[in-house]
Amino acid sequence: MRFLLTCKQAHQMVSERLDRHLSLTERARLRVHLSICDACTNFNGQMQLLRQAMRKLPAEQLPTDTDSQP
Amino acid sequence: MTPPDDLHTQLDKMRPQLLRFAILQLRNKTAAEDAVQETLLAVLEKPDSFAGQSSFRTYVTGILKFKIIDHLRSLKREIALENGEDESESDLIDHLFKSNGHTVDMPAAWGEPEAVLQQQDFFRVLEVCLEKLPTKTARVFMMREWLELETEEICKELQLSTSNLWVVLYRARLRLRECLDLNWFGNH
Repeated sequence: MRFLLTCKQAHQMVSERLDRHLSLTERARLRVHLSICDACTNFNGQMQLLRQAMRKLPAEQLPTDTDSQP
Repeated sequence: MTPPDDLHTQLDKMRPQLLRFAILQLRNKTAAEDAVQETLLAVLEKPDSFAGQSSFRTYVTGILKFKIIDHLRSLKREIALENGEDESESDLIDHLFKSNGHTVDMPAAWGEPEAVLQQQDFFRVLEVCLEKLPTKTARVFMMREWLELETEEICKELQLSTSNLWVVLYRARLRLRECLDLNWFGNH
């Protein structure tokens, strides 16, 4: 197994990191990859934003809904 | 203390939105209506339970989540993930990458989450994107990200292997990413 991840592997790991604890080695490999790869860094940002959005989803949305009603 | 009339009015206004979320999660209108009804009753029965630490909406939504989890348990058989719901598009992942494992297109920078998440309209687009997910994928994703259930719990409820669950969630995120990129961030 090469130490350097491909973007394909890194993408999947970025997603799985939201669902499980990565091993120490996995974390190191991902950190190295993200430090040199803008594509995966952006993807990581997208995944972080998506998670934060889901956490805020209903509470954020309800006000407009009620306010917009007469 | 909230006067009863006012409480009724507030809950009435919230009802359509609560129902939308319940349907989004349960994908079963009857069960969704039951869950919302039970939620409203629970709030009305104990109006003093709301301690005012969060917004009233957050409080009501929190109760709804518990009611939905109850219904998920009773719908258990129905929600078991059929093999292959999301496998028909096996290239969903593959088409993003070249044969050497590099991305085909550069993922866009979405900017600071704080700024994006302040915009109410963003959440409307997100909701539409969630509606577009395949039914069972959506249930699994909502269990994980909206109900915030642990993966072990979801696997147990749905009798999924953990690695299977990770892939389902990864695919759901890729679909949502694409939908948001197109419809909110205006890329492509």
